[in-house]
Amino acid sequence: MQVPAPFEYERATSVDHALALLERHGPEARLIAGGHSLLPMMKLRLARPEMLIDINDLSDLDYIKLDRGEIAIGAMARHAAILDSPLLAEHYRIFREAEKVIADPIVRNRGTIGGSFCQADPSEDLSAVGSALRAKMVIRSSSGTRTVAAREFHDGPYQTMVGPSEILVEIRVPIRPGSGSAYEKVERRAGDWAIAAAGTFVQLSGDNVADCGIGITAVGADHFACAAAEDFLIGKPATVENFAAAAQICHDAVAPQSDQRGPADYKRHLARELTSRALNRSAARARGEDV
Amino acid sequence: MTVTEDRPLSPAGNPMGFGRMIRKEDVRFLRGKGNFVDDVNLPGMLHGAVLRSPYAHARIVSIDTSAAEAHPKVKAVITGKILEGLKLAWMPTLSMDVQSVLCTDKVRFQGQEVAFVVAEDRYAARDALELIEVEYEPLPTVYDARKALDADAPIIRDDLEGRTDNKIYDWEAGDKAKCDEVFASAEVVVKQSMIYPRVHPAPMETCGAVASMDKVTGQLTIWTTTQAPHAHRTLYALVAGLPEHKIRVISPDIGGGFGNKVGIYPGYVCAIVGSIVTGKPVKWMEDRSENLMSTSFARDYHMDGEIAATKDGKILGLRVNVLADHGAFNGVAQPTKYPAGFFHIFTGSYDYSAAHCNVRAVYTNKAPGGVAYACSFRITEAVYLVERMVDCLAFELKMDPAELRMKNLLRPEQFPYTTPTGWEYDSGDYPRALKEAMRIAGYDDLRKEQVAKRANGEMMGIGLSFFTEGVGAGPRKHMDILGLGMADGCELRLHPTGKAQLRISVQSQGQGHETTFAQIVAQELGIPPEDIEVIHGDTDNTPFGLGTYGSRSTPVSGAAAAVVARRVKDKAKLIASAALECSVDDLEWEQGRWFVKGDPEKGKTIQELAFAAHGNLELPEGVEGHLDASVVYDPPNLTYPFGAYICVVDVDKGTGHVKVRRFIAVDDCGPRINPMIVEGQIHGGLADGIGMALMEVMAFDENGNHLGGSFMDYLLPTSMECPSWELGETVTPSPHHPIGVKGVGESATVGSPPAVVNAVLDALQIRHAEMPLTPAAVWRAIQDNPISRPDLAIE
Repeated sequence: MQVPAPFEYERATSVDHALALLERHGPEARLIAGGHSLLPMMKLRLARPEMLIDINDLSDLDYIKLDRGEIAIGAMARHAAILDSPLLAEHYRIFREAEKVIADPIVRNRGTIGGSFCQADPSEDLSAVGSALRAKMVIRSSSGTRTVAAREFHDGPYQTMVGPSEILVEIRVPIRPGSGSAYEKVERRAGDWAIAAAGTFVQLSGDNVADCGIGITAVGADHFACAAAEDFLIGKPATVENFAAAAQICHDAVAPQSDQRGPADYKRHLARELTSRALNRSAARARGEDV
Repeated sequence: MTVTEDRPLSPAGNPMGFGRMIRKEDVRFLRGKGNFVDDVNLPGMLHGAVLRSPYAHARIVSIDTSAAEAHPKVKAVITGKILEGLKLAWMPTLSMDVQSVLCTDKVRFQGQEVAFVVAEDRYAARDALELIEVEYEPLPTVYDARKALDADAPIIRDDLEGRTDNKIYDWEAGDKAKCDEVFASAEVVVKQSMIYPRVHPAPMETCGAVASMDKVTGQLTIWTTTQAPHAHRTLYALVAGLPEHKIRVISPDIGGGFGNKVGIYPGYVCAIVGSIVTGKPVKWMEDRSENLMSTSFARDYHMDGEIAATKDGKILGLRVNVLADHGAFNGVAQPTKYPAGFFHIFTGSYDYSAAHCNVRAVYTNKAPGGVAYACSFRITEAVYLVERMVDCLAFELKMDPAELRMKNLLRPEQFPYTTPTGWEYDSGDYPRALKEAMRIAGYDDLRKEQVAKRANGEMMGIGLSFFTEGVGAGPRKHMDILGLGMADGCELRLHPTGKAQLRISVQSQGQGHETTFAQIVAQELGIPPEDIEVIHGDTDNTPFGLGTYGSRSTPVSGAAAAVVARRVKDKAKLIASAALECSVDDLEWEQGRWFVKGDPEKGKTIQELAFAAHGNLELPEGVEGHLDASVVYDPPNLTYPFGAYICVVDVDKGTGHVKVRRFIAVDDCGPRINPMIVEGQIHGGLADGIGMALMEVMAFDENGNHLGGSFMDYLLPTSMECPSWELGETVTPSPHHPIGVKGVGESATVGSPPAVVNAVLDALQIRHAEMPLTPAAVWRAIQDNPISRPDLAIE
């Protein structure tokens, strides 16, 4: 049995309570939700928070709903709820496809979307989804709320813009009529972290790409995104060739590192291959095809 | 044949002998009522933790334990220096080498044991590890076996007198001159190098021990994760100088072993010393990373093979040079006379006369071990070699690999068959098994589908393997471990009411011994299996024997159980003659009952005879009371199970991802005692094969850092990677086993990896690529830029 270093523990009863606890205990305090990243790191003693603030009772942050023309997802929404959400399935198939390949059902029953974003693992799947959809991250502190774009949320591996006395409370995704989305991931084994993964949406205007988003994970993409490839596609016909050209831009833009999941050249190849596949399926879905 | 469903069932609905029945042990396991080592809690028990080296090779300059000793909950801190005083700093390995218990001079692999803390709870013990200050002087490492014998390679074992290099041994088998002759004149010679990378058995339960030394009586009791409790007891006596009759080794429920729990680990010895020092029971359970990084690994064979044949595909000979990476201490668990295990069975299932192998073993800065993960003493490596070489030959000859195998398989009339390297295969009908596998697979249709898919640009592969296993070590005259002969005792006692207790020497780690062995006795004596309690895993309550590994339980102790039951039956016959007042010669047996020939109504059941044996019946001259017997079974030979496996894969050529679509496994292990247990073992072994072929590897970087030290880095397959297994069966009994059965526990682990690899390579239409065939490895192979060293860090 791996055992963590000593720590204190308190259960928050409300967001305000959690914020008060964060302020009281300072930067050595950590929030714990599902705990599926934090607890293993604590057991390996890679993380040594002095204080754990358990926010699992904050059920008012556990929702997926329509709100002012956007989908609002509470930070405490569990992966399993996102996987099963009819609202998300109707508007963004990317969520379901990404969730299906995140860990396993046991982890998905506990892990939360807020935890995934705030853990900010460079191979994390929902971060790529958030970047692809240009989600907005709602962050609260005792002095109020602020909103940060998903593409500005991360500040390097395992680093986010959430301050020591702040809590990520909500993720907001605009609804895009006439769009389709998809997620493609290659892993060494079911439930493993991605060797590489790409998620995209494509919104069509006639035969042309009106808007699109490309999120890529595990390959060192800047903010899990590839804006240059998006810029290339917008306004162009939604063809296999254009998607291949956009995917090539991703291939050239990413900065993967070799590790035991695979060498850098392979990961770079996957960035292209998976982006291309995701774009084609997104476009087909935008056309109403069942793919 | 083996199924007895046509016979009446027992009162509890079980077969009265062989056949499918729910495992007796499942009642407690499914209810969470198992009793594993970590469930053992004794009054006043303390907890130990091991401080391990972060370096793969470093001299220890100093160790300061004062801060740890000052921790309020710490009861003792033990270092190599303290053990030196007790002459316990080093212990013998199972291969006549020595291994450091706690380091005294330098660490030789990352994760090596440096100090041991005993504290009031496991949290404090773990916290105190961080208070021990060790100053290391890092040394260059031998992280690549192929560089171990370089002139400038650092000498790892400078503790051994006169060591000037890292070589452990050279060992050869077969007739080199004859082999060279055959190769020189052969029409076709195909060479192929291949790596069977270092993998880990990774049992669900990690290793551990609870040691309790009673200073008043001098009695040491140790509950521990061992596959061989009796061998451990003797080793503790030899290592620690403790009197053997005062040592009791208890192996409670064991959560998987696969060879990982054969040897003695430093942590066990530390727990014993901890108990001696503190006077309290001490528990030590390693965590997952400790298990992966420091305990017995498997494989790590670099093999250069060559196969010779005629142009039309008649195999003439096989030879191989092996470089074996044994890690920092030679801790391989195998019979003494066989330093490379049974690797020289590498001639496999085929008919040719020229074979030769040379195995060169070296020290590296990696954990010791080497025979584990259900490998049947290196037959896994041997089968991988020959089955890959046969496929390489098929590739070069452009022959169908099934046709090539069929052409060269040993024929039934050749059995018993002596191999070119001296093994005597007991029985087999190989072509029948291969035909059965091809029938189940629909082989010809699969090949047609493959042609169509290829025309479409899709990658589909069909891989075969045919394996011959050799399991059930000894006989004792040829096989021993540290001088302990590989023969096993067994005792059967019938109580007055006819209920029975069977005491066996082998130790289940999940194989279902309590069920299988009860069924053997039930088959022989006609006692319901639910009336037979199988007792194992406690040296005070079971006869001596060498334990469970190398698929030896049923071939050795299963035979012992049948023989001991027959002795009881014979004694019951004498008692029946007294009870029925007839001559022994007039008695006839039907299951569960002796009766008078020609008068079937006049008879006594085994239960009645058990009561009579304990009662007031006047027994015949020379017959003692009670109904029991004991035997020691010394197997005359190994048993040789075999099988034909076919794997079908689809490869995504854009990503390199492999999907195992189908897996057909035809196993012949002789009659099946409990087919359900046999199938479960095959299922597990097939999953192992997919794991090794597609994802499992322990690689090391140039500093000797272990790159697979958690289950996030060392991947085991899940049900998602496994197809619905398609099992088949042929039955060829062993002629020398009392009930004709052969071992099966490791067959699928041994036989399946080459089938998966052959299938992937068939899909790719290339001759060879190294395991594990991860998506990256497959994609690189497609690009003709393969990952040639999966044992090193990927660059």
